[in-house]
This record gives sequence, structure tokens and C-alpha cells, in this order.
Amino acid sequence: MTLSPANEALAAEIIGWFPRPRSALIPLLHLAQAQDGYLTDEAMRRVGELVGATPAEVKGTAGFYEMFRFEPVGTYLVNVCTNISCLLWGGEELLEHACESLDVEVGGTTDDGMFTVEEAECIAACTEAPCLQVNYRYRGRVTPADFDQLIEDLRAGRTGIAGHGVLAQVRQSIPAERLAGVFPPEQAREAPVWLARNGADG
Amino acid sequence: MGTPSATGGYPAPLPDRSAGAGYLQHAPGYVLNDGPKLVTGRFVHEDSFTLERSVATGGYEGLRAALEMTPAAVHDEVRAATLLGRGGAGFPAGVKWGFLPPGKRPYYLVVNGDESEPGTYKDRLLMERDPHQLIEGCLIACYALGLQQCFLYVRGEMALAQERIAAALNDAYAAGYVGRGICGSDFSVDIVMAWGAGAYIVGEETALIESLEGRRGMPRLKPPYFPAAVGLYGQPTIVNNVETLSNLPWLMVNGSDAYKGHGSESSPGTRMFAVSGHLRRPGVYEVEHGVTTFRELIYGDNFCRGIREGHELKMFIPGGGSAPWFFEDHLDLPLEARPVGAAGSMLGSGAIVIMDDTTDAVRAAWRVVKFFARESCGKCTPCREGTTWLEQILRRILDGEGRPSDIDLLLDIGDNISPGPYPVAAHDGSEAVPFPPRQTTICPLGPSAVAPVVSTIRRFRHEYEAKITRRDPIPIEVVPVGASQ
Repeated sequence: MTLSPANEALAAEIIGWFPRPRSALIPLLHLAQAQDGYLTDEAMRRVGELVGATPAEVKGTAGFYEMFRFEPVGTYLVNVCTNISCLLWGGEELLEHACESLDVEVGGTTDDGMFTVEEAECIAACTEAPCLQVNYRYRGRVTPADFDQLIEDLRAGRTGIAGHGVLAQVRQSIPAERLAGVFPPEQAREAPVWLARNGADG
Repeated sequence: MGTPSATGGYPAPLPDRSAGAGYLQHAPGYVLNDGPKLVTGRFVHEDSFTLERSVATGGYEGLRAALEMTPAAVHDEVRAATLLGRGGAGFPAGVKWGFLPPGKRPYYLVVNGDESEPGTYKDRLLMERDPHQLIEGCLIACYALGLQQCFLYVRGEMALAQERIAAALNDAYAAGYVGRGICGSDFSVDIVMAWGAGAYIVGEETALIESLEGRRGMPRLKPPYFPAAVGLYGQPTIVNNVETLSNLPWLMVNGSDAYKGHGSESSPGTRMFAVSGHLRRPGVYEVEHGVTTFRELIYGDNFCRGIREGHELKMFIPGGGSAPWFFEDHLDLPLEARPVGAAGSMLGSGAIVIMDDTTDAVRAAWRVVKFFARESCGKCTPCREGTTWLEQILRRILDGEGRPSDIDLLLDIGDNISPGPYPVAAHDGSEAVPFPPRQTTICPLGPSAVAPVVSTIRRFRHEYEAKITRRDPIPIEVVPVGASQ
């Protein structure tokens, strides 16, 4: 589906913070993915219109980044890290346990559409190995028993983790009167006043 | 999937966090030690990420101190402090700032928070636990250099860091610390958070700029070597790491002389190190730069307290997944870029991974290579093809399908990505080859994939050979002489 009116308003605000609209492409794709759980063709087409990119450019860019999905995934995307520090503390065994207990292959989604399990690269929690993320929220030092408990909690809706696509639950917002001012790079400027006042370079 | 014994499998339970002094329940991974705290001073507070706590504990005092000085004096102070970049290359920030060509405005500040190097996670903690300190650092840099726009690029997978930075920026804008007329002065700058979507290569500064322009995050051709010449939208751009900028508030409050009172003369201040792997007390530690040795960090009571019970050190990665590996002979090197580079590796991004005697060297090397194969952006052929082949050959050796020529083949592929002698630690009487490697690629990703291969073949060639020759012989049906056809 295309962007909702609320997301259209957010998109316009975000585009206004960048010297060139195209810079808002990835943030807007995240907005679309938060709305639908994945990137629909309609949403990508609309984002392209907003930032001045063709649908092919939008998809070609989005496809470069692993987090963007073109098909629905489970409500909860479980990324199990198996990179070096996690490997040393049983990350591969944890991934194997995750796949067995949910009865999916790596990359697969459970029949009820609740869980997708993926093998992740280093997610920056190496001292907490083996670690994983559920929709990009951390769990560390995960034993098989911890994993089973986590799945039970997720099924029961006890974790507060939002559905796939939602990242930060707080958005940046700049009141118009506080904005210093965004201008395109072509618009050559003098050195700002505080620098010029001190007699520095142009 | 391998057998648990190959890498130690599931460990005996790690020490209970609640019992361990130094662990902070609200900041998993960070471990307090007795040393000076230049960037993690606020971490002891559960609400360290709020504006209230920040201001109550000296937040934005560094900005106020800077605003009392001329911008040039602030730049001089950073230069005098020899603040080395904490992203990996270790280039002095004050010198990098000086590369901005006069008269080509606008200039931009881009903050590299795309931390994804295997083993590294200091920037995530700094963003999650003290976003105001980072924002203050950005403001000080923008004031000194006359920058009017700053983009704070956070790794896509770090949802909490994005949340904390967004909230901190909202509060800082409302309180007059960011935006128009900062602290009632004529200094005005916008800080906008941008975030990625899962691509290791975007940590390379020119790839990050491409991503920020709304494109595939592929590194740009060099020269120009520095975005300070041609960066965001073709304009001069300073790209600084999160930890580098997080040092600025303390530096401005206390001055460069006090800053140089910590660490060594050539590497002043502190650095954050994420020390993971087979340790009694893995953790992220703020450590005096250039003074502390690997041995102190790994075995010291103040830090990791040694290898896990009943085991010994086999090898370690001193500076993130891209770094050539070290062994027990290198424990007494200081945590300082120059000696580590001369010894054949790099201090890199402050990520140390410890592997004990249960670790299969080939399997560990394969896993790191697999990472680079997966993350290669595909722009340069030696990297795109080479990393993939390295991974597949290592995989077949692990699967018992290795060929006697595979060891030479691995080294040959490595030579195509990184020609000539590859950086390696001294071994068996031969000299170390100093860092960095040469490269046939635009960025260092490809050459990084060679590091675990060369390091392990050089030191544990017998493990490779054993895996290649230990295969069960293929049974041959012998037809007895004279038997009927």
C-alpha cells in the first residue's frame, strides 16, 4: 500500500531536513517498512516520487541493504549472530536450536507467520555472546532454554517488541522556529557569522 | 552445523552478572574499572541518556567552554591534545579538520555511527548510554570549523541507539542546545539523525556518504582520499567517529594538558575496548590509551581476569575482524597503534577477540572470511570474487573435501586481493610484516578477508594439513587377478 496520510506528513518533514531530497530515501523506506512490515511496490513508487528517484533506482538502492524486505517476513524477525565472538560461545548451535524448535530453515518463516529466523552478522554485543536480535532489539547470553522462553513470551505478547519494520519508537522532530536552516549545497554561503566575527577564513 | 567440541560449543555458564562487581545491569556489556573515565563517566547512572542527568553531571559545559573561546582556539586545543580518531585508522582529528579547503562552503560534519566491525561495540554503548555527550561533541566540532549542518548516521540495526539519539536531539533542540541561536549565542547548527539499513561497507567513510546521498553504499574511487576535499554532495566534509567526538566535551572542560595527562605521549586520553571471547570477564572497558598492555587487559584483575577456567590462550584478534591475528608472544605490546602496526597487525576499532585452546583455527578463520564474503559490496572484482572463493575453499577444507593444493590456492587468492608480503606477526624466527596491507581494491574490505587466512596458515598450517589429509581414503574395489570378467 502507499504511504498513509500521517506518513506523508512525516515524509515531508524528513525531506525538509536534508539539503537534497534524495538523502531522505533510506529514512523514508524505513517509514514505509514500519507501516507495512516490508516494502510494497506502491510504497517504493511513492517514496521515489517524493525524493526524485525512479522506481528502479529506489528498488536498486533498497536491494543493496539487508534490512529492506520485498516480501512479508514474520511478525518477529529473529537474527541469531554466528560471527566470531558468538561462534566461540555457541552461536551456531543456538541458530540450530532456533531452527529446530521453530521447525524452519535459516531464512524461513513459521507457518503461522509469527517468526522468521535468520543468521546475522556481528550485531555489536560480542561480550554478551551468544546474542540475537528480535526486530533489532537485543537479547544476550542466550541459552536454548532462554530462547524457548523468549519465543513463549513473544507469542504471549509479553515483550513490548513492536512488529517487524518498526525501529526507533521515538522520532526526531524539529520545531520550525528552532531549525537553523537547511539550504542546498549549490547555494554558496559566506562563513557563518560566529566564524566571521572571529576573523577566521571564508 | 559443527560439533560443539570444534569451538567449545555451549560454554559453562558465565559468571552471574548480578554478583560481579563492575557490571552495570542497565548497561549490559560495559564493565567499570578503576581507570580514568573521559567518555563513560556518566554510565553509572541508570538515566545517563536523559538531558536532566546529563546537565546535572556537567553536560554541555564543554560546549559553553568552547563558546567562550574563538573557533580557531577550539581547533588548536583539539590539535594540541593529539586526539586520535577512534574509528580504526587512528588519524589525528585536529589534523583532519585542517584539511578543509578555505572558501568552498558549505562544509558538512558527518558522524560515523555505523559500527559493524566484528567484535566492536563501543560506539553503540556511547550512543545508547550518553547521546548528549555525542551531540555536544558534534556541536564543538561544528563551532570550531564553522559548520552549519551535521548528519548523525547510526547503524540500521541499532534501534535503541536511534531511539535514544532521536529523544536526545528533541530535548536538546527544545532546550536551545541545538538549532538556531545555541545557548543564546549567534552559533546555529542543525543536527539530523540518519540511519542505515544493514550494510557493513557503509562504515567506510565514502560509502557512508553515498548512503547519506540516498544511494547504494559503495566506496568511492580514490583519489581524492579524504572527504575533507570532496565529500557529501561534492562539498568538503568531515567524517568523525562517535567515540572521537564523544571525547570533545571532556577535552574542552579540562583542556589539552589534562587530556595528555592520560595515556601515552603519542596516544593520549583513553580508548574503549570491547574484549570478547573465551574470557572470565568479557566486557567493554575504558582503558588508558597507549599505556595498558594486551596482557593487562586480558589477565588484569581490573579488566578481563584471564582466560576461562581450565584453558589457555591460543590466539587473539587485536583490532576487529579486519586485523591480522596475534598470539601469546604479543601480549606485552601496549594498546597503541604504532607498535601494534609494526608487529604486523592493527589496533583498529578497539575490538579484541580472545580464542582459547579449544578453538579450531581453520573454522574461526572461515567464519571471519565468510563475513567479508557476505559483506563485499561487489564493486571491485578481486574482493567480490576473491572473498567468495576464500570462503568456499575454507568451507570445503572444513567439510573434509580439501585438496592438497588448497593452502597455496588460498594464499594465491589472497595475493590477488593484497599483493606482496601480507602483514603478519613474527613467527619462527622470521620478521613481522608491518601493517597495512597493499590492495588491488578501492577500500580495505577485500584485504581484510586475507588477514585470518594468512594469520592462521602461518601459525597453524598443520591444522590445515591435518584437515586436508585426514580424509577417509576413498575405498577402491580390488578385482582379484584372474577373476572372471
